[in-house]
Amino acid sequence: MAVIHGFGEELRSGRMIDDIVASLFRVTTGFGLAVFTGIPVGLWLGNHVRARAAFLPLINFFRSLSPLAWIPFAILWFGIGDLPTVFLIFMASFFPLVLATIAAVANIPSVYFRVARDYGFSNSEMLMNVTLPAIAPQVITALRVTAGLAWLVVVAAEMIAGRAGLGFAIWDARNGLRMDLLVCGMIVIGIIGIVLDRILLQLTKIPSVRWGYER
Amino acid sequence: MNDKPLVINDASLSFGSIAVFQHLSLEIDRGEFVAVVGPSGCGKTTLLNLFSQFLKPSAGRVVCSERLRMVYQTDSLFPWQTVSENIVLGLRHLKDQAERERQLGEMLRLIKLESFAEHYPHQLSGGMRQRVELARALIGDSDILLLDEPFSSLDYLTRIRMRNELARMLVQLPRTVVLVTHDIEEAAQLADRIIVLSDRPTRICAEFEVDLPRPRELTHPVVVTTVHKILAELGFEHNGKRVMVSPTA
Repeated sequence: MAVIHGFGEELRSGRMIDDIVASLFRVTTGFGLAVFTGIPVGLWLGNHVRARAAFLPLINFFRSLSPLAWIPFAILWFGIGDLPTVFLIFMASFFPLVLATIAAVANIPSVYFRVARDYGFSNSEMLMNVTLPAIAPQVITALRVTAGLAWLVVVAAEMIAGRAGLGFAIWDARNGLRMDLLVCGMIVIGIIGIVLDRILLQLTKIPSVRWGYER
Repeated sequence: MNDKPLVINDASLSFGSIAVFQHLSLEIDRGEFVAVVGPSGCGKTTLLNLFSQFLKPSAGRVVCSERLRMVYQTDSLFPWQTVSENIVLGLRHLKDQAERERQLGEMLRLIKLESFAEHYPHQLSGGMRQRVELARALIGDSDILLLDEPFSSLDYLTRIRMRNELARMLVQLPRTVVLVTHDIEEAAQLADRIIVLSDRPTRICAEFEVDLPRPRELTHPVVVTTVHKILAELGFEHNGKRVMVSPTA
């Protein structure tokens, strides 16, 4: 009952909506940056064996570091607010996305490229019409996993490096001994996590990627 | 233009210290259907790769004077494209959209997959997928068809059906064909000429001509006799009697 009252209180004051918007903005920005840089880097490394051999240990090193270990540096470099949280989300999503894309590119059967050459594909057609569609199912799965990771990290990061957001709301409720608001925050975080995954799940319903999940 | 669309002239090919071919010569006539059989690892697929210019010989000369298409041993349809989109790859050179649609419609009718035009490869049976592979290679204006064990992943009955399908398609769309196969029955049932390759370093150890129109019955005496001859050449039969083969052979 106290939790329901807490929900009402948070909604009436507008704090909850502000916190949700702040957290979603940070996740969208950090995750979006990771997608738009991680997938091209993964494509490049997947296609260049020597570069892959050179950079893979470094990527594995950073992938193994918990993004939360970067919190002191994030505050030192970016202060308090959106930027350090966006940075932490980027660090959490970028390396797994690069690794997943490298693995997806390396697993494309070579016969597809042979067929593309037989039918006169140019290099750009090879990328757009063979490589990208061939890796799409694996990359979509990686997006779902890393989006979940990003959502985990935003909450943790906001507890320390934020002045708004759902993570900060939980931290604030804990400091004020308001367990009802703390549980409210947890419920909202869980529901948004499910909604984000459901949105990304829609990508797996695109007819041209169904082959990756059905055979 | 050369009289023979496919010629290998005194070609040799090695992979490191392994000599695959030494002084191999082979000529294939326009419109001829040639099957290549031989022991596993003797270089049958490598021979197709020489014809398609995917590999260059270490010595000698390979001439391919006409446009060729290849059907691969492994599933090579693009799984993210529909049946229609896969087949239309073979018409990429055509700019006229209406003409593309017309040829695509004809091809779908020929392979009897009109109602599967918008299906994806993973929604088709193995036999249907092979028909689409053949359609993609046959559509358009190619002259030579290279087939690398195209039916090897199919069950026995589907393989027999696909041989008849191929024979039927070639009546409509005649091509010079080189078929690499492990299946001696398939070679005898389809080819005008069967080339038997030896173990490495590979040489042509026998050639058999089959003067019989296609499609051929599997049990036709000429087909059966040819199968016996090939088996004998490969050391599995001697004067019509089966030879016991050791497990390591």
